[in-house]
Amino acid sequence: MTDTTTINANAPEARFGDYVVLLKPRVMSLVVFTAAVGMLVAPGHVHPVIAFAAVLFIAIGGGASGALNMWYDADIDRLMRRTRARPVPDGRVTPGEALALGLWLSGFSVVMLGLVTNWVAAALLAFTIFFYAVVYTMWLKRSTPQNIVIGGAAGAFPPMIGWAAATGTISVESVLMFLLIFLWTPPHFWALSLYMNDDYTRAGVPMLTVTHGRRTARRQILAYTLILAPAAIALGLTSVGGAVYLAASIVLNLAFVAGAVQIVGRTEAEAEADRYRAERRFFRLSLLYLFLHFVALMVEAGVHRLVGG
Amino acid sequence: MGLAKEHELHRRRAGRNIGVGLLLGGFVLLVFAVTVVKLVEGQDIRPHPTIPLETTPKGAGQ
Repeated sequence: MTDTTTINANAPEARFGDYVVLLKPRVMSLVVFTAAVGMLVAPGHVHPVIAFAAVLFIAIGGGASGALNMWYDADIDRLMRRTRARPVPDGRVTPGEALALGLWLSGFSVVMLGLVTNWVAAALLAFTIFFYAVVYTMWLKRSTPQNIVIGGAAGAFPPMIGWAAATGTISVESVLMFLLIFLWTPPHFWALSLYMNDDYTRAGVPMLTVTHGRRTARRQILAYTLILAPAAIALGLTSVGGAVYLAASIVLNLAFVAGAVQIVGRTEAEAEADRYRAERRFFRLSLLYLFLHFVALMVEAGVHRLVGG
Repeated sequence: MGLAKEHELHRRRAGRNIGVGLLLGGFVLLVFAVTVVKLVEGQDIRPHPTIPLETTPKGAGQ
């Protein structure tokens, strides 16, 4: 009797780390940070173990949507320098594996978040995964230059989910935290696409810089920065805000608007001459902008606890 | 038979298996910790649906 299995030992095979890469750990770190802040600044007390579990399941949900994105986008990831080494286009993970991991982790994270905290938070997480995987990845990304604007909503939900995990509700504070990330996303990504244009052109992704040109993208960056500023500052006037947040937010928004004004004022010739220095600086500033806003919220939560108790 | 010899393939897969094992172990510990916290904080201790509250004997469970 013979019972043999033929294995091609030289075929590319996934290591554990490849499955971790499928979950987009860098995006996950932003999800963990903003969800944790959303939970921390919410009124009431959440036991540290529950808070840890909730943030973990929110992060897994975010990772699951990342895996679904990598499954669906493998064809265009193969064409872009930045993404061609990802596990699916590189052949280390099969598309079926990525799809299965994404679907299983989606269901798992939503059910576990519901059991550990409440079903409002779980429903928001489910909607976020659906929004990122279906609305953004499958529909908007390849069909409209506004892909970044609407798709940005998916990245903006985590603090709202964190808040809902602690309180079981949606409130003006959590909506403003959502708006802070939602309105920040377009200027952040368009600044990147100003100097990464070639990649998107090659893949046929209708980035604003590809469809309407860089001039329009520069103007849109300023427009969104101007809408973002009042929303960001308004958060400081709610129960989670205070003097520290307001001071930080005003300074950061002045710097952000100033950076956007500089970008609008530059021609392509000027940008190419100094290799997009101002655009790269604005992109780095955008990362700091969001990070410091959420740090300021954390500081405020600490101050409120000290004063209150 | 020749099955005793370990191929390099097995070593590569060992890393994956250990990773999955550690994740499952961590998940069991987390569920246990969450259960303990929920019981201690009384979040999930509800009166049994079939026993009316007033008939619960005083001092029960002490």
